[in-house]
Amino acid sequence: MEKRVVFRSAWLPYALLAPQLVITAVFFVWPASQALYQSVLLEDAFGLKSQFVWADNFTALFRNSDYVSSFGRTAVFSILVAGLAMGIALLLAVMADHVIRGATTYKTFLIWPYAVAPAVAGALWVFMFNPRIGIVAYAMHSFGYDWNHQIKGEDAFALITVAAVWKQISYNFVFFLAGLQAIPKSLLEAAAIDGAGPGKRFRSIVLPLISPTSFFLLVVNIVYAFFDTFGIVHATTSGGPAKATEILVYKVFNDGFIGLDLGSSAAQSVILMTIVILLTVVQFKYIERKVAY
Amino acid sequence: MVERRPWLTLLAHVTLAIGVLMVAFPIWVTFVASTHRPEDIMTAPIPLWPGTQLLANYSELLFSGLKNPSAGGVPLWRMMANSLVMALIIAIGKIVLSFMAAFAIVYFRFPFRMAAFWLIFMTLMLPVEVRIVPTFKVVADLGMLNSYAGLTVPLLASATATFLFRQFFLTVPDELAEAARMDGAGPLRFMKDILLPLSTTNIAALFVIMFTFGWNQYLWPLLMTTDRQYMTVVMGIQRMINVADTDPQWPMVMAAVILAMLPPVAIVVVLQKWFVKGLVETEK
Amino acid sequence: MLSKGLSAVAVIGALGIGTLPAQAQTEIQWWHAMGGELGQKVDALAKGFNESQKDFKVVAIYKGNYTETMTGAIAAFRAKQHPHIVQVFEVGTATMMAAKGAVYPVYKLMKDHGLPFDPKDYLPSVTGYYTDSAGNMLSMPFNSSTPVMYYNKTQFKKAGLDPESPPKTWPELEAAAKKLQASGVKCGFTTGWQSWVQIENFSAWHNVPIGTKSNGFDGLDTVFQFNSPLHVKHIAQLGEWQKSKIFDYGGRRSDSAPKFYTQECAMYMNSSAAYAGVKANAKDFEFGVGMLPYWPDVAGAPQNSIIGGATLWVLDGHAKDTYKGVGAFFNYLAKPDVQAKWHQDTGYLPITLASYELTKKQGFYDQNPGTDTSIKQMTNKEPTANSKGLRFGNFVQIRDVINEELEGVWAGKKSAKDALDAAVGRGNEMLRKFEEANK
Repeated sequence: MEKRVVFRSAWLPYALLAPQLVITAVFFVWPASQALYQSVLLEDAFGLKSQFVWADNFTALFRNSDYVSSFGRTAVFSILVAGLAMGIALLLAVMADHVIRGATTYKTFLIWPYAVAPAVAGALWVFMFNPRIGIVAYAMHSFGYDWNHQIKGEDAFALITVAAVWKQISYNFVFFLAGLQAIPKSLLEAAAIDGAGPGKRFRSIVLPLISPTSFFLLVVNIVYAFFDTFGIVHATTSGGPAKATEILVYKVFNDGFIGLDLGSSAAQSVILMTIVILLTVVQFKYIERKVAY
Repeated sequence: MVERRPWLTLLAHVTLAIGVLMVAFPIWVTFVASTHRPEDIMTAPIPLWPGTQLLANYSELLFSGLKNPSAGGVPLWRMMANSLVMALIIAIGKIVLSFMAAFAIVYFRFPFRMAAFWLIFMTLMLPVEVRIVPTFKVVADLGMLNSYAGLTVPLLASATATFLFRQFFLTVPDELAEAARMDGAGPLRFMKDILLPLSTTNIAALFVIMFTFGWNQYLWPLLMTTDRQYMTVVMGIQRMINVADTDPQWPMVMAAVILAMLPPVAIVVVLQKWFVKGLVETEK
Repeated sequence: MLSKGLSAVAVIGALGIGTLPAQAQTEIQWWHAMGGELGQKVDALAKGFNESQKDFKVVAIYKGNYTETMTGAIAAFRAKQHPHIVQVFEVGTATMMAAKGAVYPVYKLMKDHGLPFDPKDYLPSVTGYYTDSAGNMLSMPFNSSTPVMYYNKTQFKKAGLDPESPPKTWPELEAAAKKLQASGVKCGFTTGWQSWVQIENFSAWHNVPIGTKSNGFDGLDTVFQFNSPLHVKHIAQLGEWQKSKIFDYGGRRSDSAPKFYTQECAMYMNSSAAYAGVKANAKDFEFGVGMLPYWPDVAGAPQNSIIGGATLWVLDGHAKDTYKGVGAFFNYLAKPDVQAKWHQDTGYLPITLASYELTKKQGFYDQNPGTDTSIKQMTNKEPTANSKGLRFGNFVQIRDVINEELEGVWAGKKSAKDALDAAVGRGNEMLRKFEEANK
């Protein structure tokens, strides 16, 4: 996407970009390249002995059928998380944009969950879903469903999905609401005078106008589902039972940060990044075309 | 409002009420748990109504609990202050840097423009946990361990904020820039006088998100500091939870969680009015 | 532009460096993972040492949970900002041991600085876990515990069982569980940390190897053996019991504790250091502490159980004289009164014989019945090659593998034999990788 009208200056754009780029280069690009270089090394945790092993870390991963099978699981998880988190948030944002009375209260409560520190949120979920004492598990028992995420893989998968969605609803809600609030009232009023009902106005005016926000959120949510969910998995299921909730990024985290197998963890990061970069490029190439700027 | 449709308003209220119930339910559970005795919340089912220990728990936490024992001898206000400094620097810094960067990317043509955008964008894709060892080394080599600079500067780059501003700037009608240029206003004037006011809702949204992001940082401050005077409130809470072989004092932990949530929530409430359609500066 | 930005970063960095306090004493950094009330006790230990002498000052710094502390220390080591002492959990032992050049072995530190140190003062079954094959102590045991069996005396009474004699063997336990269930108890027993309790300690308790080369003590080329017929029989039996709820699985860590607290399960196997937690939560019933059960048909069982917990490792690379302070601090920790207090306050095992004797003399075990079960179990017999401990690389991930495979058995999706064979196979791959990285 390009602007037709641009400013001209030989130095100003660089000056504006410099702080962001310097920080990115010093604290991200350089360390990240170091971390990724690990993917072709076999090294002990302290970095005392190091050997170059070509692509051994990668081939070892693809020989492992468990690793390969976690691709499908990750895909289902990511689609569910991004879809549900965005859908629910959009619905709530549209409604919050509509009401006048009590709007502040609703907004505050809907944004509140985002303020829960991720580290604490994990404990909260364990608490609510504990098959023995958890309130949600208790409710489900009374409806005749024997909730037990410690043994049943489907339950565990549902648990991490709900937890990941919950965390992201507030985030999406905030941006959808900001997008909706930026829509000029006059447009909607004009459409209403022309006889367009709320449904038609939503489809023909609101949806196109928030499409830049939606596109932003789509990309961010997919990246979130792929990269930022290991904390939830770690706190609730640790990938279990029997691998039912082992998604790719959890294994990256578990092997690298916890298991200190830096080489394999780095190799997995490379694979994960490749997938997401491809996904992002596809999104920018094909989906962004449909975005109305 | 555009028009009155009572059933629509009712539907909105019902949907929102259900949404709030679902989304805020865990918060309620947290609050309820913070008002009980430890044993009470270890029995099935967990109570759903506040218990009798509200005052006892919160006053112990505020006036004696966190002051010395389980959180490591740093008073709660000090941890809150650290978190606040960190969160403010991070939120403001991220927004300023991203605003400038997105402006440069959208409103100028220059070599490596898209390369710069993608470089910034990539930072989304490698969680800090994965690159912690080399990042620690960079910060240590710059002598930034145990300092507010070390706690915040490495986190100031923001791909999401840059991306969001880019998305928003692209929707700003070209006529505005055209008009500014006709009037002889330079790019910086245009940025300050036109783009900035237009971006208030987005900035408010970002501020809420980024402040909370900064406030909830855990691993980063934990690794970058060895000096207790930099302890943040989330570190304090974690320390209360991390009891090796016994059970944490859950009600106390939950009470600390509730207290730690108040500043981010206050930010949300304060910024509410930025979210509300301004009646004065309508018709953009 | 770039250089301007860089210097700005440098300036901000420079501003951030606070003024360092004047140092009259030599400071020793001790990174630990003890949160909650244990953290206070750690602070008290450092304070006690600092007040006992004038030359050194130990600064105890909380660095998150075990993994965060260990990874933090390793990141710091790579950046040459590491502490003198770091607390590392038992499964990290192989990683630390292999890090020659990073770690300063405790026995060597004591010898180099001419400090009094006699390994015979220490409880052999505790230090055994942390000695090399020549018997040299490499790290300083700090918080160690061993799994025991907590049981609900009140429910035992109700079921017509003798509340003073918990089942000693697995068949006795099965019989007791059936009686308990007949009296209305939902589940017989549950366990925390299944790999640690039902595989690692199970092996030591029955004097069978977990892996070759003395459970990895004698070399990195060790191979797992926990798919022996005895192991398969045990896990198959647990899987069978899971169906009738004689056993009920409740999570990988200590998540199963509420099952015992809420009296759903009458027996609960977990760390001896969980005593305080059990005591606080057992509000409507009396509880007792018994030893782990064993299979009576196994010759030599019960042997002795092994520990879990963490030790203090010394990291090399600081000024030589600071290590004298580290040694002095370790000797302070081992002092009978200091150690006895730590043991009594926390429920962790005493690391020296003298502190155990002192605790006994003070009447602590009489006042708190069951607290010496762990020590009796640890010292039940002279440790053998199978019951000294274990030393396997990448063991954090290997435990995950064991968890995954066992969960397959509990869910009825895998047979015990298939699960254990798979765990051994996958575990061995990780052992080979560790061997390769550290040769």
